[in-house]
Amino acid sequence: MNKNIQLNQAGQLQHLLTIEGLPPSILYQILDTAKSYEHVAHQEIKKVPVLQGKSVFNLFFEPSTRTRTTFEIAAKRLSADVINLNVSSSSQSKGETLLDTVDNLSAMQADMFVVRHADSGAAHLIANHVAPNIHVINAGDGRHAHPTQALLDMYTIRHFKGKFNHLKVAIVGDVLHSRVARSQIHALTTLGVSEVRIIGPKTLIPRNVERMGVHVFHDMVQGLKGVDVVIMLRLQNERMNGALLPSRDEYFKFYGLTKDKLMHAKPDAIVMHPGPMNRGVEIDSEVADGAQSVILSQVTFGIAVRMAVMSILVGNHGGGGA
Amino acid sequence: MKIQITRGKIVDPQAQTVVAADVYIAAGKIVSIDKAPQGFVPNRIIDAHEKFIIPGLVDLSARLREPGFEYLATLESEMLAASAGGVTSLVCPPDTDPPLDEPGLVEMLKHRAKGKNQTNVYPLGALTMQLKGERLTEMGELKEAGCIGFSQANQLIADKQVLLRAMDYAATFGFSVWLQPQDPYLSKGGVAHDGEVANRLGLPVIPSCAESIAVHTIIELMRETGARVHLCRISTAKAVELIQRAKEEGLPITADISINSLHLTEHDISYFDSNCHLIPPLRSIEDKEALRKGLKEGVIDVLVSDHSPVDEDVKQLPFQASEVGATGLELLLPLTLKWSQEDNIPLAQALSRVTSRPADILGIHAGKIAVGEQADICIFDPEREWWVTPNMLKSQGKNTPFVNRPLLGKVSHTIIGGFLIYEDARA
Repeated sequence: MNKNIQLNQAGQLQHLLTIEGLPPSILYQILDTAKSYEHVAHQEIKKVPVLQGKSVFNLFFEPSTRTRTTFEIAAKRLSADVINLNVSSSSQSKGETLLDTVDNLSAMQADMFVVRHADSGAAHLIANHVAPNIHVINAGDGRHAHPTQALLDMYTIRHFKGKFNHLKVAIVGDVLHSRVARSQIHALTTLGVSEVRIIGPKTLIPRNVERMGVHVFHDMVQGLKGVDVVIMLRLQNERMNGALLPSRDEYFKFYGLTKDKLMHAKPDAIVMHPGPMNRGVEIDSEVADGAQSVILSQVTFGIAVRMAVMSILVGNHGGGGA
Repeated sequence: MKIQITRGKIVDPQAQTVVAADVYIAAGKIVSIDKAPQGFVPNRIIDAHEKFIIPGLVDLSARLREPGFEYLATLESEMLAASAGGVTSLVCPPDTDPPLDEPGLVEMLKHRAKGKNQTNVYPLGALTMQLKGERLTEMGELKEAGCIGFSQANQLIADKQVLLRAMDYAATFGFSVWLQPQDPYLSKGGVAHDGEVANRLGLPVIPSCAESIAVHTIIELMRETGARVHLCRISTAKAVELIQRAKEEGLPITADISINSLHLTEHDISYFDSNCHLIPPLRSIEDKEALRKGLKEGVIDVLVSDHSPVDEDVKQLPFQASEVGATGLELLLPLTLKWSQEDNIPLAQALSRVTSRPADILGIHAGKIAVGEQADICIFDPEREWWVTPNMLKSQGKNTPFVNRPLLGKVSHTIIGGFLIYEDARA
């Protein structure tokens, strides 16, 4: 478990576990492939036969509706057989270990696992364990990574803004606990945006996060000045009152995105959110539903991006395991 | 049994000398060095050509997992691992199941260990009942049962009033208190150093201040109580600095670090290598450098294996869910040698950190090779390269961050109390 195992010996994508360590060429390959799948949604028959005869197991150790659904739709549009497993409610409670569960499902001839787990590193553990013909997609592991979310965010940014290199992007909120933010930071720096800013109170920003190539702001107005993209993060309910934050009202006052605060960004700035949103906590409804919001586009693009990732993984079968 | 060790080089860590001479052993003692005593007829001659003869290692922290965790390791497996690692005396922490908080448990452990005529086992008694940090144990009784000191294993007592009283009570009788400085609140839920690797991997953190604040607290309580304290498993540069100042002040403080902290950093976690899930966590490169310097200069007194065998199954989990610990008894000597080589530290000086110095802290007759001393001796081949693989390890614990890495230096013979307890078949 000592190397980045997501590339095969030919340097192609074998698993998608994290954005970290992926070259820009692979990120662009995914974004370009996603573009080519955008039309599928508008066909009369919304299917292409790319994954025909393949079994995709959605292995969710943590509850999720939206992510799981979009993966399911993506796999079905590629003509795969999709099996959904909410493991939190079955084997794990009977004491079966994570890798035992994976072994059992592998024995059912799985071709691909889409994994969500509450612990950082779970997808790596599984990818290290499975046979070389099985691909693993990380659909979110603990605080570590959520690479398909970051990719659909990049797709969205590219769709609305074109090139990445002149963009200033602000990520606002609970970066400390956010796998989405970590993946976004890696994706944005890999694609070469001109600046990534992190905005939030010190309790929600990891120490030394600057080493990831970002600038930290605690004053939201300062941080939003002149940015092209504002990405809001979800604040989990259990973190709203306690030792991290005093109250949701105070959080909203300083770090909630309102129309007034958004005025400090560029006039054509877009507003994004990975969902599900807490209206009135991290984002005001007026902004969430406003003209600059592209939040629903993110959801739509998410399907094409996940189709792209799945088809690339299956297409990269020849390279052999790393 | 009479043994003659011939053609080897004797390293004396205390005198810091290396001399070529034969060693003669009879009735459990070293009876002569260099010249054979009159009429000495050995039952066994050990050829130590191109090998070093050193005092048996004294390891200040090795978990034997008995009682209670026999599925992880047994006295048999771990005593064999100790002798294969050249360790002839070891201290075991009290975090067994049940913890070593009653004299009967300690007597049983001592008895079981002694019955095997192997490595000398020095148990640490629990400082508080069930290590809960609430009620004091019967330290006097535990001492009589054979405890060498008192410890909270790897947790500091949350309630500082209890800690103060425990230290006061221990100081009453002059017992030493062994504390692993880690603030239980600041380290709550954490699994990795608060640095760039944990940031990248999204792992919950244990900040450096969890250690330095605990060290501050302990030092202040030492001033208050006069207790003698051994700090276990230091991991930060800040703690080294605090210990140095406490020593300059004349406080009766000693400290150790683990082989893992001596050689590894947070970067060794790489992509979630659960073998690197350790307490204290592997810290920054700067911390590692400060620990090495501290150990060289003697601010840190001792290097320990921190041997904690765990089951393979509990390491095959996501990093933060995996069990803490690594095997270490058989790695202590080669990793001491590696440090000696890398930092240009004379062999005898480096070895003093795993022989004479820990023996001094325990106040036991060990850690030196001299006429009249107990014959606890380790012979090793400094040029023998070997790979750390599960097959090579006698311990039941096979997990270590050093797995699949080459190491230089391997024990060929271990003599304990004048008996040849271990002999490497391939030596």
